[in-house]
Amino acid sequence: MNSPERRYPDPVVDDESRPFWEGIEQGVFLLKRCRSCSRTHYYPRSICPHCGSDDTGWYRSAGQGCIYSYSVARREAVPYAIAYVTLDEGVTVMTNLVGFEFDRIRVGARVRLDFVRTEGGKRLAVFQPA
Amino acid sequence: MPRKAKAFIAGAYEHPTRLATGKTLAQLHAEVAMGALRDAGLEKSDVDGYFCAGDAPGLGGLSMAEYLGLNLRHVDSTETGGSSYLVHVAHAVDAIAAGRCSVALITLAGRPRADGVSSLGARSYGASPDVGFEMPYGPTVVSLYAMAAMRHMHEYGTTPEQLAWVKVAASQHAQHNPLAMLRNTVSVRDVVESPVVADPLHRLDCCVVSDGGGALVVVSPEIARTLGDRCVKVLGQGQTIKHLNGGSFDLTQTGAVQSGRAAFSEAGLAPADIDYVSIYDSFTITVLITLEDLGFCEKGKGGQFVSDGNLISGVGKLPFNTDGGGLCNNHPGNRGGMTKVIEAVRQLRGEAHPAVQVPDCMLALAHGTGGTIGTRMGSATLILGGNNA
Repeated sequence: MNSPERRYPDPVVDDESRPFWEGIEQGVFLLKRCRSCSRTHYYPRSICPHCGSDDTGWYRSAGQGCIYSYSVARREAVPYAIAYVTLDEGVTVMTNLVGFEFDRIRVGARVRLDFVRTEGGKRLAVFQPA
Repeated sequence: MPRKAKAFIAGAYEHPTRLATGKTLAQLHAEVAMGALRDAGLEKSDVDGYFCAGDAPGLGGLSMAEYLGLNLRHVDSTETGGSSYLVHVAHAVDAIAAGRCSVALITLAGRPRADGVSSLGARSYGASPDVGFEMPYGPTVVSLYAMAAMRHMHEYGTTPEQLAWVKVAASQHAQHNPLAMLRNTVSVRDVVESPVVADPLHRLDCCVVSDGGGALVVVSPEIARTLGDRCVKVLGQGQTIKHLNGGSFDLTQTGAVQSGRAAFSEAGLAPADIDYVSIYDSFTITVLITLEDLGFCEKGKGGQFVSDGNLISGVGKLPFNTDGGGLCNNHPGNRGGMTKVIEAVRQLRGEAHPAVQVPDCMLALAHGTGGTIGTRMGSATLILGGNNA
């Protein structure tokens, strides 16, 4: 299991990402979708990286997905599992996995959204077994 | 009929140091610059184009031109991480063909060991726009490459033992290099029994951290004619940036798919024509995926290809990194692209160590990877030919 002592750095928030982090504080994982080409992208940008349109809008992810890949950083003071999770909305996001025994993590396993607290008391999105 | 080249690599020099305590970064750049010019048989005053990347001190070309005392009419500071120096060769060829310069000097230097900065720590992101969405999750360089390895294993059944063969081959070569940091040969078992750093990568799947550097001198065909038969032809080049594409990506592929295809196309050659390869080997997985992407074996069959011993000089059909590479020799400044080109030049000149020299080596490929294959990466491929190629 992940040790409770793992210390998560605070997120870096800027004008473009502020709505995302405000969503996280409220327990919501927001994604950006382009109204011009209809594609979702991540990390969220004001200009769609697929078609270049500036007509992008936020919507709420269902917070469900599966593990695309992962690795356990074994040499860190508190080992942790970094992962890419492919959300059911189609984008793959970098995250950490919590609530797993490291040796039982499998690529393809279903996971769901969870939250941890950062060093500065902010919420951070992670994923746990579905 | 000999192949035509738009430009030639006339000088190549690898700094012998692996721990540069007491030497400044600018000094290391200058030492490799003078070494490459000596190797080419040229003077500093002949240089009219200068190329460097983010490892150079100060404002790069601006600061180094003054330190070196260069009189320039062309400067380029393209930064694509460890692949930068292959991009510089490509850009130097284009600049020479366009008449912008005729003697291009490219330098790399770094001293992470003397500074006590390991490449294995969490990445420094600066103000990059991805920082907020990645940094809180602790993405170390090795864990990012490890995720590419894990996905490759999931999709293609690649095993840790197969990955280990890349390190075994590098160590077979490094035993002949007196400057290599790791000269002991290792077995597959040694690699898979070394401690796991980030699943599925072990300590011996990772490259060394070293100080040092290297330099290249690229010249016009007219100048090459005056310098004799040690000049190496640049026959093809390709480059790209591969990234996470808005969250829609495949970690089992790299930018080498694009950069390799472009380089082979320009050279009018195919993978089967290549006698020797220098493949960026930050980690064993980097080599395995790159070999697939360049077309040396089918996608997903890299594990079989390397575990058949194909990378070992004198044994397999595609000798690689005969200096020991980043896995055993050196990885100056955490940027391994420069040394990839240098060993390819040695092979094409017939100046590699006799124990690892590829007989009648006429055509070589050098490939550089920058950034990480687990996120965003520079990819650059050069196809080089010996003077009689």
